Amino acid sequence: MKIHEYQAKELLAQYGLPIPSGQMATTPEEARAAAAEIGGTVVVKAQVLVGGRGKAGGVKLAATPAEAAEKAAAILGMDIKGITVQRVLVAQAVDIASEIYLGVILDRAAKAITIMASAEGGVEIEEVARETPEKIHRVHVHPLAGFADYQGRQLAFAIGIPNDLSRSFAGIVRTLVQALTENDGELVEINPLVITEDGSLQCIDAKINLDDNALYRHKPLAELRDHDEEEPAEQAAREAGLSFVKLDGTIGCVVNGAGLAMATMDTIKLSGGSPANFLDIGGGARAESVADALRIILDDENVKAILFNIFGGITRCDEVARGIVSALPSLSRQVPMVVRLVGTNQAEGRAILQEAGLVAADTMQAASQEVVRVATA
Amino acid sequence: MSILVDKNTCLLVQGITGREGTFHTEQMVQYGTRVVAGVTPGRGGQEACGAPVFNTVAHAVQETAANVSIIFVPGPFAPDAIVEAVDAGIPFVVCISEHIPVQDMLRVYHYVHIKGARLQGPNCPGLISPGKAKVGIMAGDIHIPGPVGVVSRSGTLTYEVVSHLTGAGVGQSTVIGIGGDPVIGTGFIDVLRMFEADPETEAVVMIGEIGGTDEEEAAAFIKEHMTKPVVGFIAGRTAPPEKRMGHAGAIVSGGIGTADSKIAALQAAGVDVADFPREAALLAAERIGR
Repeated sequence: MKIHEYQAKELLAQYGLPIPSGQMATTPEEARAAAAEIGGTVVVKAQVLVGGRGKAGGVKLAATPAEAAEKAAAILGMDIKGITVQRVLVAQAVDIASEIYLGVILDRAAKAITIMASAEGGVEIEEVARETPEKIHRVHVHPLAGFADYQGRQLAFAIGIPNDLSRSFAGIVRTLVQALTENDGELVEINPLVITEDGSLQCIDAKINLDDNALYRHKPLAELRDHDEEEPAEQAAREAGLSFVKLDGTIGCVVNGAGLAMATMDTIKLSGGSPANFLDIGGGARAESVADALRIILDDENVKAILFNIFGGITRCDEVARGIVSALPSLSRQVPMVVRLVGTNQAEGRAILQEAGLVAADTMQAASQEVVRVATA
Repeated sequence: MSILVDKNTCLLVQGITGREGTFHTEQMVQYGTRVVAGVTPGRGGQEACGAPVFNTVAHAVQETAANVSIIFVPGPFAPDAIVEAVDAGIPFVVCISEHIPVQDMLRVYHYVHIKGARLQGPNCPGLISPGKAKVGIMAGDIHIPGPVGVVSRSGTLTYEVVSHLTGAGVGQSTVIGIGGDPVIGTGFIDVLRMFEADPETEAVVMIGEIGGTDEEEAAAFIKEHMTKPVVGFIAGRTAPPEKRMGHAGAIVSGGIGTADSKIAALQAAGVDVADFPREAALLAAERIGR
């Protein structure tokens, strides 16, 4: 789960990190008041959970409170990559001498917490990694040993932090590791961390991604989820306990198992169609899950046909078939459905489907070809 | 032969009295797996699925010949269960549970390693050596004994491939689902190494998916160390970037973990990569001359 910059900064400020003072605003008036309270030049920043807001015009300087209100008026309501800006952060502007990248991640490949630092701050780290990978320095924190202070110093010297700032830089590194650890972050990133004209370090932007599996032990953080930025279908699916990702194709997919669901999408594509979603309804494929899934998929008007691909295994196919059939009367609209059902009691399951007028297919490929045919017919 | 589990497996079930634990223990017993003990704290002295229940893994190990443990407890309690099993001296622990915080798994991963034990999973379907032992939640009857080893990050997708192998009359030595989480105890390379050393395994089907770089690393290992043919399949070619596709580990992030990169790496290592799950099974059959 991602949280907004202003939320990340509030969290990190509690750890005593140097962060320019700022306030969140949802109206130009609030932005004006915030700028007046902060004093001097401020920067007005769109709060959205997608990258590239600067390029989209979502970050602007304002010299006076009146100008801050004006810039906020321009940014609020702006569309950035399909997201409508509803909040801005009004923050004290800082005179920047140089920009540093500093990020801490749970690193699946290294099986460690990895700290990354680069003297090339201010741009996306992926870009630096692509263009000039040698400019990113990494140290790995062993999960059983924990962070060692030398690791912060090592990074400071590697990226050429001036000697008089190396201690405070190392302190920031230690704090970020602590913040990641204590809050179950997947990523805590300061980009840029700047050296100001008067020679101090300031965290200008902050990004925190949290581990969804650990939210159960961080209730206050879990409540920061921004439902406005969630795809409505994905939100509905999450609330129904389904694993769902919206895509832009025309063939809805109902599958049990994440790997099989991906393979089903791929097979539809290779058969000349385009999948409308990823959906894993879980092992049991219960009747209510099937009904929820169909409702969410059919809300997408692009959907022209639906493919069920259920590899039951232990799950009984007759139960799944009854679940599918029982969901049919409640549907908002009718589209052709192709069902591929394999597992225990598959013959009984297919008989139930045929009685309800649904097309049963033997294999994934046959089912994909059939659903592509009916979707484009 | 087979890898990791066989007729000598004496299974301990952690969480045996839970709904999932009981259901799957019954299925495993029915398949012929020797379930020698269960553990549920506070239920010691009872019996479940024909096996004695103990309060602690240590007690179960003392009283029975348990040498493999399978874990069905809910995610937040699973790291504790893994550590308990390893501390009791269980050499091989299979964790079915999902939704374990990654940070907990990082610690557990290293702890298991230090203790010299092996962990499979979490968030995995377990493993089966057909005709010998089933330690997992897969349907036993789609498998038949034979010469093809299968290793996969997914559950139902593996069943799909296995059903086509079986349909073609090609049996399996061991089928192992390593799990869909970002941090897992046993990876592709560990399993490939065991299949390479297993005299019964003649070819391997490796089923990967988007996210991370394990498939790329496995490709390098295959090129360097595998003499047996390997057939691959990668799920998620059509997955959009920065979106988690069901499995916690199935996400293309910052350009890392794409299906294209994995397919290219495997092909460069001489692996036949199938477009469809069924094709993966048929290619494997072909590679062993069936």
